[in-house]
Amino acid sequence: MKFSIQVNEGPYQHQASDSAYQFTKAALEKGHECFRVFFYHDGVLNGTRLTTPPQDDRNIVNNWTELAEKYDLDLVVCVAAAQRRGIVDEGEAERNGKDATNIAPRFRISGLGQLVEAAIQSDRLVVFGD
Amino acid sequence: MSETKNFMFLNRRAPYGTIYAWESLEVVLISAAFEQNVSLMFADDGVYELTKGQDTAGIGMKNFSPTYRTLGDYEVRHMYVDKASLEARGLTADDLVQVEWEDWETEESVDNIVEVVDSEKVAELLAESDVVFSF
Repeated sequence: MKFSIQVNEGPYQHQASDSAYQFTKAALEKGHECFRVFFYHDGVLNGTRLTTPPQDDRNIVNNWTELAEKYDLDLVVCVAAAQRRGIVDEGEAERNGKDATNIAPRFRISGLGQLVEAAIQSDRLVVFGD
Repeated sequence: MSETKNFMFLNRRAPYGTIYAWESLEVVLISAAFEQNVSLMFADDGVYELTKGQDTAGIGMKNFSPTYRTLGDYEVRHMYVDKASLEARGLTADDLVQVEWEDWETEESVDNIVEVVDSEKVAELLAESDVVFSF
């Protein structure tokens, strides 16, 4: 089955991103396909490489990056939500005159159309959040 | 992407207090460009999103409620409101905005696409949807 995943909450505060990660990993290990993971609302905060959790805790951002590397996952951060919350890649920094970037490896910033397209192209859109 | 699906946007949050309602509306507006069958469902505190006469001056937030009245121009064909949620909050259909819809090709029009439905119908509509965007 072809899944797409929507993550609506930030890391650590809420279990949504952990659950989404576990679900996606399990689905891929079972041989299913993941068309796209779309990060929306505070979910965009999963895409900053500046996250530094304590060493004995899981690193949610790195988990996503590693999963993306292993399975060539498409991790998309919503641009409008990212601008509000300070998630920046090089293109955004240039466009909005910011002096730094913080996007994590394997994440990319793009528009809401990517979420709608994912919903059309996939057999199931699974939403993680409240 | 010629496939057409039944999209249902399920709105369960109050319009202010959290950003879910506003950012959900942004997805609805974008989805108009994809020519899908788009419906919205308002339940729980989400019914407050459609109330008339919202005034946000006191909380320093943008009042985005006028946008709901334009959704008929964004390919939204149905806006359903859960009756039990309305009643639990002491509201009736008269407290809600009206949203006009018109097909500019066929000139077919509907005065108000906001429709109050009972819980059984809510369940039916959700089950019939191909995609449920939950906010």
